[in-house]
Amino acid sequence: MTGTTRHASGETLYPRLEPLLAQVQKPIQYVGGELNAQVKAWDDVAVHWALMYPDAYEVGLPNQGLMILYEVLNERPDALAERTYAVWPDLAGLMREQGVPQFTVDAHRAVGDFDLLGVSFATELGYTNLLEALDLARIPLHALDRDESHPVVVAGGHAAFNPEPIADFVDCAVLGDGEQAVGDITDVVAAWKEQGRPGGRVELLARLARVDGVYVPRFYAVGYGPDGAITAVTRTRDDVPARVGKRTVMDLDEWPYPKTPLVPLAESVHERMSVEIFRGCTRGCRFCQAGMITRPVRERTITGIGSMVDQGLRATGYEEVGLLSLSSADHSEIGQLAKELADRYEGTNTGLSLPSTRVDAFNVTLANELSRNGRRSGLTFAPEGGSERIRRVINKTVSKDDLVRTVTTAYANGWRQVKLYFMCGLPTETDEDVLEIAELAVEVIRAGREASGSKDVRCTVSIGGFVPKPHTPFQWAGQASAETIDHRLRVLRQAINADRRIGRSIGLRYHDGKPGVVEGLLSRGDRRVGRVIERVWREGGRFDGWSEHFSYERWTAAAAEELSAFGVDLDWFTTRERTQDEVLPWDHLDSGLDKEWLWDDWQEALSEEEVADCRWTPCYDCGVCPTNGTEIQIGPTGRSLLPLTVVGR
Amino acid sequence: MARQPEGPPPPPTVQKLRLRYAKRGPLRFASHRDLARALERALRRAQVPMAFSAGFSPHPKISYVGAAPTGAASEAEYVEIGLAERRDPEAVRAALDASLPPGVDVLECVEAAEGGGSLADRIDAARWRVELPGVEPEELAAAVAAFLASDVVTVAKRTKNGLKDVDAREPVASAASAGTAGCAILTMVVRQVTPAVRPDDVLAALAAVADLRPPSPPRAVREAQGRLDDSGIVADPLGPDRAARTRCQGEHAAV
Ligand code: B12
Ligand code: SF4
Repeated sequence: MTGTTRHASGETLYPRLEPLLAQVQKPIQYVGGELNAQVKAWDDVAVHWALMYPDAYEVGLPNQGLMILYEVLNERPDALAERTYAVWPDLAGLMREQGVPQFTVDAHRAVGDFDLLGVSFATELGYTNLLEALDLARIPLHALDRDESHPVVVAGGHAAFNPEPIADFVDCAVLGDGEQAVGDITDVVAAWKEQGRPGGRVELLARLARVDGVYVPRFYAVGYGPDGAITAVTRTRDDVPARVGKRTVMDLDEWPYPKTPLVPLAESVHERMSVEIFRGCTRGCRFCQAGMITRPVRERTITGIGSMVDQGLRATGYEEVGLLSLSSADHSEIGQLAKELADRYEGTNTGLSLPSTRVDAFNVTLANELSRNGRRSGLTFAPEGGSERIRRVINKTVSKDDLVRTVTTAYANGWRQVKLYFMCGLPTETDEDVLEIAELAVEVIRAGREASGSKDVRCTVSIGGFVPKPHTPFQWAGQASAETIDHRLRVLRQAINADRRIGRSIGLRYHDGKPGVVEGLLSRGDRRVGRVIERVWREGGRFDGWSEHFSYERWTAAAAEELSAFGVDLDWFTTRERTQDEVLPWDHLDSGLDKEWLWDDWQEALSEEEVADCRWTPCYDCGVCPTNGTEIQIGPTGRSLLPLTVVGR
Repeated sequence: MARQPEGPPPPPTVQKLRLRYAKRGPLRFASHRDLARALERALRRAQVPMAFSAGFSPHPKISYVGAAPTGAASEAEYVEIGLAERRDPEAVRAALDASLPPGVDVLECVEAAEGGGSLADRIDAARWRVELPGVEPEELAAAVAAFLASDVVTVAKRTKNGLKDVDAREPVASAASAGTAGCAILTMVVRQVTPAVRPDDVLAALAAVADLRPPSPPRAVREAQGRLDDSGIVADPLGPDRAARTRCQGEHAAV
């Protein structure tokens, strides 16, 4: 390394990186050059964004959120955006040895050269990778140690609704939709630079803190009581908001991004193009953070979707289009959309798919329609809870008979493989609730063999431990311990295997309870948890979402050591049930949901009462729409898709 | 009897096109699988009317000829595609090239001559150029001389079934050194053998015979592939197809 003066040159690091690439696994993931990638000249723009997905390239590249922001920013004449991903330990080792810093894959510029580093957190298990990237980028880990020459580190994505565990490491967090927020942030940074950086970094952050949806943790102080609980979170300057609200993009047809999705050369986890058909969900599943924090429902119109599918296929050459949302079958025009898209792409080897759906006979019809141009392989339903009782607790009601009937219909329609998603460790759950999954699976196979007249039907039960999340009715719940989860999974496995003749048609896929405990700590943690994350990273923790890299022991040991000084521990953050009056670490971050409504919904969960969907029943005052000045935007529009001259015909 | 998908069988192949493409710059790190996926997508994007195999999961008719290893650049990768409708080869080349990421560049496209034999039969050797940053041309020249003077140079090669000893000398038809101070360049013609002997193996052989150990990873480019003739030249495998086309265009013109 030379000298100490830093100059943000945006110079390419590629010549220094290239010799290292010859020595690592899957080097293609580090070279960029994907179809539809963009490289802009450094000096042509005022504001430079590095956007990071803190996981391996193969997971991060297909991420829609980051792809959208990349395009939105690059469309601005005064900004550029490049992407960076977590590097695997083999390359990280060589980079440290050779002094090559964290780089972007687009133009291989040093991440430290950029004005902003935006990091997207869909899951909390990316936190150690954030620290690794900061360290490789030679950006001080702690926000307070950074000066004007360092990028502003911005967290976004769903986990940013409780960024307290990473509050020490990020400069700001953006709550909610990013499309407009990144534009506002860019404006602030451009003006501050233009004016000669008045007031230095602190002034810049203070200006950012006044942007709607932007939270700057350093301007908020957290007080703790003798019992370890938070007494209050107070702002330390009066020119920042007392509570930070979220951003909501209205009229999605106006934001048809990504227009030209990135297509990697390397293989990725998601080998298809996605079109978000709506955002938000008001089904009210009590465990689902995504559904709670993205309200209200905003649909794209059938014609808006049609043109995104068409443009995207032309731009990418993908063979499959996923119609993405939190509950795609709920789109007000889904039946017509499925039929007209299938008509349009008939005979073109273009597949259409929906992510997992609610259990509903209509969804089988829908899947039949979508698979018209392809093979009927597998269909996925997500009942989530094992028994009717627990499904009322989580507000995802479906009777056992309806469930069996729906799955049987699927088999009768030629589907051979049905996957059922469940959670285990839900509030009030007992062994019996989980054991009902086995009964259900057995019944499904029996009925399926009869309906299809074939023994060749399979059912895969996929089950994972439930992790209570902030801004949901279950935010007060005690999380089930890893032992409880593992015990329930064991009895479930035994029950499924009890009858071999049927059991061999049932597959069981599960995750053990340990990673869920760490996710629980990171989800509902406060600023004290930052020390645990830092220690785990210092001791080698990375890629915590990957079982081969995850070490439960490292996390539990670090939690014990770092938290004891505060009189709290891992259980305090995870298995402990919270009381109504407790100040939650994210109470000053406003998703729009009324805390009292959430509490009432939690109480109703405990008494197994359901709540309806406000799309079809009157508003039940969850608080979101009035707080944010938003409204439900749904069809039907009455429009239809015109035939096109299509790709690949 | 095997189950058959509903509907009419896919349309037959009416035209075979042969492509030469390059992988350049950073995309030399793409693997064969990566390139195959990219090519299939590019064919769709470019709206090339591909012929498909029959069956439940129809595949476009594409056949690849021995891909350069991951990490090696190439100016001479070959592939043959089957079309269900006739197209002008040059138009296909341009459309495909525009649909592939920069760095995967389609250089030539010719129609396969009827009865001219397979593309694979026209390739039995490759010409390589290997840049060796940090190695002096004299060092390389000495190592090459020692290598050429040997009858057999055994190196251990990683194969699917573990390490295997292979002779790296025999398949090397010619080798020469050049370059400038600080960066020697090795050029060589290597015959196709099984298991394949690649630039890495020859470099391992140079280390074995002359202790040549490049301080940083060498950069290899496959410059040409084809049949090795007696004069040591690697012939253009698309040559016969091109000749057939010119001939028949000539005949048409004469009518
Ligand atoms: C497609 C998908 C996948 C795909 C692709 C993942 C990927 N790389 O993107 C696959 C199948 C691989 C996958 C895997 C997983 N997923 Co997933 N997935 C989804 C799904 C269906 C769509 C995500 C999406 O594209 N949303 C649309 C985009 C536009 O939204 P977004 O990313 O949030 O971005 C917006 C904002 O958040 C914001 N933003 C985002 N980042 C940033 C950054 C900055 C700096 C700023 C300013 C703003 C900003 O701006 C964006 C535009 O408005 C969602 C459900 C849903 N509909 O959201 C679940 C979901 C995100 N997945 C989820 C989970 C749990 C997982 C897994 C952990 C599952 C598992 N156990 O393995 C893994 C984790 C993989 C990983 N390491 O990231 C959960 C997250 C749970 C939670 N937070 O409560 C969700 C919400 C599903 C659910 N209902 O439970 N997933
Ligand atoms: S405020 Fe009313 S309409 Fe809006 S999401 Fe909440 S319940 Fe639905």
